[in-house]
Amino acid sequence: MSARTGFLEVKDVRKAYGAIKAVDGVSFAVGPGEIVGVIGPNGSGKTTLFNSILGQIKPTSGGVEFCGEDITGMSPLALARRGIGRTFQTLQVFVKLSVRDNLIVAAQEFKGTLAGRLLAKPDAGLGEHADRTIEMFRLKQVAHLPAGSLSYGQQKLIDIAMAFMAAPRLVLLDEPCAGVNPSLVEQLRELLVELNGTQGGSFVVIEHNMDFIMGLCPHVICMVEGKVLAEGPPATVQSNRQVLEAYLGN
Amino acid sequence: MGDLVQLVVSGTATGAIYALAALGFTLLWQAAGTINFAQGEFVMVPAFVMLFFMSFVGVPLWLAFLLTCAVSMLFLGYGFKRGIVDPLIRHGVIPLVIATLGLSIGLKQLVKAGYSAEAHPFPNPFPDGQFALGNLHVSYADVGTLCFAGLIVISLQMFLNRTVTGRAMQAVAQNTDAAKVLGIDVRRMVLYTFLINAFLAAVAALLVAPTYLAKFDMGDSIGQKAFFAAIIGGFNQTRGALLGGVLIGILENVVGFYVSPAYKEGVALMLFLAVILFRPEGLLGKAEERKV
Amino acid sequence: MSTRNRLVVLFASLVAFAVLPIFLKTYGVYLMTLFCVYLMATMGLNLTVGYAGQMSLGQAAFFGIGAYHAAILLTLGWPFFVVLPIAAVACFAAGLALGFPALRVQHHYLAFATLGFNVLVYLVMRNEEKLTGGTFGIANIPRPSLVGFSLDKPLPFFYFTFAATILLALALWWLLRSPWGRAFAALRDNPIRAESLGVNITAYTLLAFAIGAACAGIGGVYFATLVNFVEPAPFHVTASLTMLLAVIVGGSGRFFGPMLGTVVVVLLPEWLRFMQNWYLAVFGFAVVALMIWLPGGLLSIPERFKAKGAAE
Repeated sequence: MSARTGFLEVKDVRKAYGAIKAVDGVSFAVGPGEIVGVIGPNGSGKTTLFNSILGQIKPTSGGVEFCGEDITGMSPLALARRGIGRTFQTLQVFVKLSVRDNLIVAAQEFKGTLAGRLLAKPDAGLGEHADRTIEMFRLKQVAHLPAGSLSYGQQKLIDIAMAFMAAPRLVLLDEPCAGVNPSLVEQLRELLVELNGTQGGSFVVIEHNMDFIMGLCPHVICMVEGKVLAEGPPATVQSNRQVLEAYLGN
Repeated sequence: MGDLVQLVVSGTATGAIYALAALGFTLLWQAAGTINFAQGEFVMVPAFVMLFFMSFVGVPLWLAFLLTCAVSMLFLGYGFKRGIVDPLIRHGVIPLVIATLGLSIGLKQLVKAGYSAEAHPFPNPFPDGQFALGNLHVSYADVGTLCFAGLIVISLQMFLNRTVTGRAMQAVAQNTDAAKVLGIDVRRMVLYTFLINAFLAAVAALLVAPTYLAKFDMGDSIGQKAFFAAIIGGFNQTRGALLGGVLIGILENVVGFYVSPAYKEGVALMLFLAVILFRPEGLLGKAEERKV
Repeated sequence: MSTRNRLVVLFASLVAFAVLPIFLKTYGVYLMTLFCVYLMATMGLNLTVGYAGQMSLGQAAFFGIGAYHAAILLTLGWPFFVVLPIAAVACFAAGLALGFPALRVQHHYLAFATLGFNVLVYLVMRNEEKLTGGTFGIANIPRPSLVGFSLDKPLPFFYFTFAATILLALALWWLLRSPWGRAFAALRDNPIRAESLGVNITAYTLLAFAIGAACAGIGGVYFATLVNFVEPAPFHVTASLTMLLAVIVGGSGRFFGPMLGTVVVVLLPEWLRFMQNWYLAVFGFAVVALMIWLPGGLLSIPERFKAKGAAE
């Protein structure tokens, strides 16, 4: 447990919309390099929790600490600069930019100064890095096409690849497998494991796909009705009676 | 003090006209997500159509007005929706903005080139002269304008709140998908909104033309002020358009008198800039949470 | 078209454009210079609107601010090459100021905010007679000379303006190829995602307006020295509209979009003079039709054909 403190700590976060408690006192911690899965039925507050951590919405109470710093309510830009990356539940790519440009733009703002980037080389010195990532995600055939012209699965890969371009210390992935076909799910899992190994960042993953979670996350949190119902290794959580009841509806 | 009250009264009358145009603006936005940059021309064209009916067909003003309402609803309501908004709405906001800008130029220049570039006098639907209320002098035109505009607004509110069709229209404006699930004929309700917008514009034309004269570019300032009024009041609130319109009308008069008539045109603008900087949801509007 | 063919076409058009005025009368040369002047403003607007995805109906205000700076300072006897950067910096600053509303609101709100700004600037030009000469304007604006070589005659002044336009186009080309260009496009395509990737959308939004404005300001200085006389009329909202239409008609977010679009809005009216007043009416409805059938502008026609060919 001690390894898990001092990196990302979510402390008793609550978010209420009127009488509805979307997130009702959630606390957990993520250690360096750790992969934590967040599961739970629809409407259990997973995305609201994510948005509270990522400054998209302001929690009613509670707070989030990252590397000992209080990051509650910080702007997405401030979080990005602290090395926190994310993906969104829906597809979010730059549709008119080429795949390669999508990847470069995802990392270029972390290099040098604003004025320096005006005078920098067009690829901001990130061309090779982008090309390696393109190889890794098997997007070489389409590297120069506009992202918006590609299939959903390919765009999803770009979307996820972008979040890792700047080698963030923490990445929050909101349903990376949503709408992705089964063969790609396995590829995605392998990619995430590889990225975890090479970059050493911590991941928090919201996902419904149980096989994916089992194969990726050594530690799983199950949320039901805004609260953490169970926490631990995936097998333990999955066999928890309360979890089963929540999923099956009594 | 007497001056000020006088300015407020006549300003409210002018503001009521802005409010009518602004009301159409917000209705279109709520129901159809349409921003009409040709809203001013939607006021200008009916003014000329009325003149046409009066001088070339020879009908009296009231009949010309009724005929114009029909023409306006047919072309600026139905035609506008089918011909321009329907094909463009799926491309997003910008192409529609550009297209209505183009429409604005087209209508303006059509009237200028095809009819006249001059300002034409327009008969006043209300009697000339003024009456005294204590030491206050109020013109019949101002009172008439206020009453007529008020009548239209109140009828519209009653229609929207008390009738089945009106409520269905409000449901569409608030949540199109939910309305669809409830079995409301969304397309028909949206069409009604376009018709009402065209009607309100024709009314505004009747009220504004006597003082502003009918001129091909008369829509420039009305269209802008309608939009400013809508934003100042709050785009997602019908009452907002009324408040914004009246506020602009009054402040213009006051600034024109006490500060400088040269900057009268800038009043709506300053108010608008202040609102979008400090309260972008408008004075009466509700803030919408940022969507991801 | 291959890159090489493109370069050949580009070079040929530049040469043609440089040679053509030699065979034209004074008015023809004037029109071509006017085209260059407007092009500086529309290229800037293309950056703001087409690349960075912001809406602007206030470009003519910056064009005017540049022109009035030139008119006031040049008639005071300041040297041209001092006035030019001053005007550009002034417009850059004004553009930054106009960018602030853009941080709060978007699309149609922004269209009206920028339009409002233009109205305001126009009112100042018309009413502050001491500074701007009001509706009488400022006359006798001197043309510059280049290392002792007078540019008063139409043809030398054309080449002077033409050269400036090319330099400005090159600078913009550099900027758009740099990481900044990519960040602008990211801001346009998806600001929320861009911010989560560390793109400072505040800074880039303001820069998009400021750089676009500075280009218009430079264009304005050349405009003032071209016509030797400024008054408020050319800087009315209508001019902003025309500039926006030039960008859209040509194809916004394409480097050569403004070139084609500016030809359409500046030169076409001259050729269509026989239509007189009807021209603008036709133009207005043509814009509506263009948006319905070709929302990507004229330069998207080849892609349209390609897409059709691929579909069949």
